[in-house]
Amino acid sequence: MKTLFAVLTALAMALTLSAPAFADTPSEGGYDLAYYEQYKGQGLSVNVYNWGEYISNGDDGSLDVNAAFEELTGIKVVYNTFDTNEILYAKLKTGGSSYDVIIPSDYTIARMIEEDMLRPIDFDHVPNFRYIDPQYVNPDYDPQNRFSVPYTWGTVGLIYNTTMVDPGEDMETWDVLWNEKYSKNILMFGNSRDAFAIAFKRMGTSLNVQSQEQLDEATQMLIQQKPLVQAYVMDEIFDKMTGGEAAIAPYYAGDFITMHADNPDLAFAFPREGTNIFTDAMCIPKDAQNPELAELYINFMLEPQVGLANIQYIGYSTPNAAVYDLLDDETKQNPVQYPPKELLDTFEYLTHPDPHLAKAMDDAWTKIVSADQAYSDMLLPAVLAVCVIAIVALAVVRTVKKKRPQG
Amino acid sequence: MKPSMNRTSKIYVVLLMLFLYMPIFVLILFSFNENKSRSVWTGFSLHWYRELFSDQLIMTSLKNTLIIAVVASVIALVLGTAAALGIYSMRSRWFKSVLMNITYMPILNPEIVTGVSLLLLFVFGMDAAAKVNGLLGFHLLPELGLGLGTLIIAHVTFCTPYVILNVLPKLRQMDRFVYEAALDLGCSPALAFFKVVIPEIMPGMMTGFLMALTYSIDDFVISYFVSSATTQTLPVTIGAMVRRRISPKINALSAIIFVVVLSILILYNLYSVRKEKQLKKGGESFR
Amino acid sequence: MPKAKYASLPYILWSLVFVVAPLALVVVFALTTPDGGFTIANVTKVAEYTPVFLRSLWLAVLATAACLLAGYPLAFIMSRQGGISQRTLVMLIMLPMWMNFLLRTYSWMTLLENNGIINSLLGFFGLGPFRMINTQGAVVLGMVYNYLPFMILPLYSIMTKIDGRVIEAAQDLGANSFQVFLRVVLPLSVPGITTGITMVFVPAISTFIISRMLGGGANMMIGDLIDAQFLGNAYNPNLGAAISLVLMIFVLLIMSMLNMFEDSEDKEGLIL
Repeated sequence: MKTLFAVLTALAMALTLSAPAFADTPSEGGYDLAYYEQYKGQGLSVNVYNWGEYISNGDDGSLDVNAAFEELTGIKVVYNTFDTNEILYAKLKTGGSSYDVIIPSDYTIARMIEEDMLRPIDFDHVPNFRYIDPQYVNPDYDPQNRFSVPYTWGTVGLIYNTTMVDPGEDMETWDVLWNEKYSKNILMFGNSRDAFAIAFKRMGTSLNVQSQEQLDEATQMLIQQKPLVQAYVMDEIFDKMTGGEAAIAPYYAGDFITMHADNPDLAFAFPREGTNIFTDAMCIPKDAQNPELAELYINFMLEPQVGLANIQYIGYSTPNAAVYDLLDDETKQNPVQYPPKELLDTFEYLTHPDPHLAKAMDDAWTKIVSADQAYSDMLLPAVLAVCVIAIVALAVVRTVKKKRPQG
Repeated sequence: MKPSMNRTSKIYVVLLMLFLYMPIFVLILFSFNENKSRSVWTGFSLHWYRELFSDQLIMTSLKNTLIIAVVASVIALVLGTAAALGIYSMRSRWFKSVLMNITYMPILNPEIVTGVSLLLLFVFGMDAAAKVNGLLGFHLLPELGLGLGTLIIAHVTFCTPYVILNVLPKLRQMDRFVYEAALDLGCSPALAFFKVVIPEIMPGMMTGFLMALTYSIDDFVISYFVSSATTQTLPVTIGAMVRRRISPKINALSAIIFVVVLSILILYNLYSVRKEKQLKKGGESFR
Repeated sequence: MPKAKYASLPYILWSLVFVVAPLALVVVFALTTPDGGFTIANVTKVAEYTPVFLRSLWLAVLATAACLLAGYPLAFIMSRQGGISQRTLVMLIMLPMWMNFLLRTYSWMTLLENNGIINSLLGFFGLGPFRMINTQGAVVLGMVYNYLPFMILPLYSIMTKIDGRVIEAAQDLGANSFQVFLRVVLPLSVPGITTGITMVFVPAISTFIISRMLGGGANMMIGDLIDAQFLGNAYNPNLGAAISLVLMIFVLLIMSMLNMFEDSEDKEGLIL
């Protein structure tokens, strides 16, 4: 052990000397150069597809993780972002893009495993997996832990602006999102799974869809809510909540930390009906072109210093025990990021539902956000028919006019 | 000579210009903002301009945009000019009209339909290539993904009609007999083409080329559907950003673009004003 | 140039592969299930999204009308100006088109928000705040803003061809300005009007992202619906193709209707 430490320190020092960019990296964060430099100088690149605002990118003096990886390995990182799990899924299904690393959430991972869209990870190439806290190994969505390496975990709660809600308002309930007092001051999730999960929890059921009746009732509830909603948003919420554009919004707890730093008037609550806990994990798609490089990248993300930089930047919670140890006590005790165990036990994971119900849910969601009035299904064909008739009529009029002698 | 504007029209023009330029000024203003909010002003700073040039994502997208625009416009220019020549000398009215309808298609069709249809084609083509290769057991057909290639194809597809539609009228205005006279005087057809026809249609080619360049640089909808995560154009990158929040680096970039385009337009106008004056003078001295 | 007709061969091939074949694929996708079997379920399902179509149609009509009303006088004023001021105006209209439309729309968010610039300014005068962002009005405003130059430029290029002497003659013959407009300017500018309407209406009815940015995600338009089926939340390319097909038919019908108002003898083979 001692010799290993000596070697690591020596390597770290060599690295510090050769790469000035790492001058401020503490030496205990030394990287295994033989491992990381194995592809150096070959002009390779790795395609990473991640959530927006989900990596430490060098802003405000943070570590630029992708640049550090490029510097260390000589592999270029082609980095792009997505909005929702559903968009990630659509992009992969459509094909034509080849990603090496993707970071979906638990239920989407389960769905992708079921549909054979992921490639097993060779954990021999990801030695840093040993840092993962055992309670996050072999999760429900990947029972044998063959396809995924947890990146973060987090929860959903209510973010509210203390200057815009009534003092003494009970914020620990989803009911507040249906309170007409806050009409047009409510932002709602812009994706079906998260929005329905809230409605289901308000109904007192599991946050996963289990039956058509449950789905119908929730659909009614969300339609009822629509007039009160100012906008259906995803990451637009950052600017809207920090700018005081809305009073209440359900969103991910980790993002609250980021927003709170910009606007101290914001506060957070876990509704007592229960809420969602999720894990986002790194996976390799089946058609990845560079799975070895992907494993290298995943391993790098597990490096304690890198993990720390990421988790401090994005504000979510870490499944990486080594990273957790490096956190300051204030963060470790922050109930938003690391809620007490008794509370955590009441939270529920999303699972991959029955495909028919999943589809019904997507359909219902599209209708909720698209329709504000009911129209007859015959109206559209009728409008088209009117157009055709009008054209024919105009054509007839024109020919008649033309035939008439000019006078 | 011509009546100057009265007060009502002046107010109206100013209001309309305010409407057109207010958002642009806001955009440029916030490129000098110290923090990264798009609504809260905290102080003047130039650091976004510095950081812009070290932002890999933005710089690569900008590079892709320029490469695609230039390559696609050049291909569109050649393809479109040749097509215009062909259409011009076609006899069959029926065939001509069918071809012109197809040419109008990418212009008149909603962009999103063009984008979606090309996406379907590319994905279909890739699947087919993979299947053929699978049957043969070796890589006969290239299994290309979405990327630079598909982007260029898509851009050529919607740019070529603009070249054709600008070159065709010039061909119609051209005096057919000049070309024949050149042949009679012993020019080879190729030489006559380059010496006579090309100079005649040059203005149309240039307008078409510039329109193609503009549309290609500006295109978001079609590129959005046929780009991949690895190769994006600047509008696509911006499109992904507006779904969360725009980095003020992009504001800085657009401020730079604004100044560059503005100066090109001013220079061009000064140039044409001077040329006009010279022409006028020349005309007078002839008299 | 007898052999020149073969010069269009590469373009014909190109169009067959990259214009005709993709549209054929849209039709094929619209009429098949994910497994490849024939179905008309996708097309009939489009009727379920009638509200989206009607909303898009309505907002696009509003935006086109607003563009015409706001742009027509400007185009006329521009066409009656001399040298430098005409040139400057044309330049000022074209300049915004070179800036990315998403960014310009994004700035409207900053302007229209509850705590945005316009409401802050109005606040100085003790007015408001008005709720402007995340409404249908904001979506129309975004479309008018983005497509106004497409209306002004064709109008302007037609109006420059109107001989000033014709207007003067009408005035000399005793027509007041309203009559001059109704009897002389308007009829002569019809081709510009139809081109302008086409160039605004088509992008407006199929717009996407603008509605999401300014409409708050609840004012979904056809474009957003199609996007959701291909690269968005409700992955279903077959339904997406069916919606695209209906949209395309819609647009072609409306455009051929517009064409009827024009005597397009000189135009070769415009649709219908």
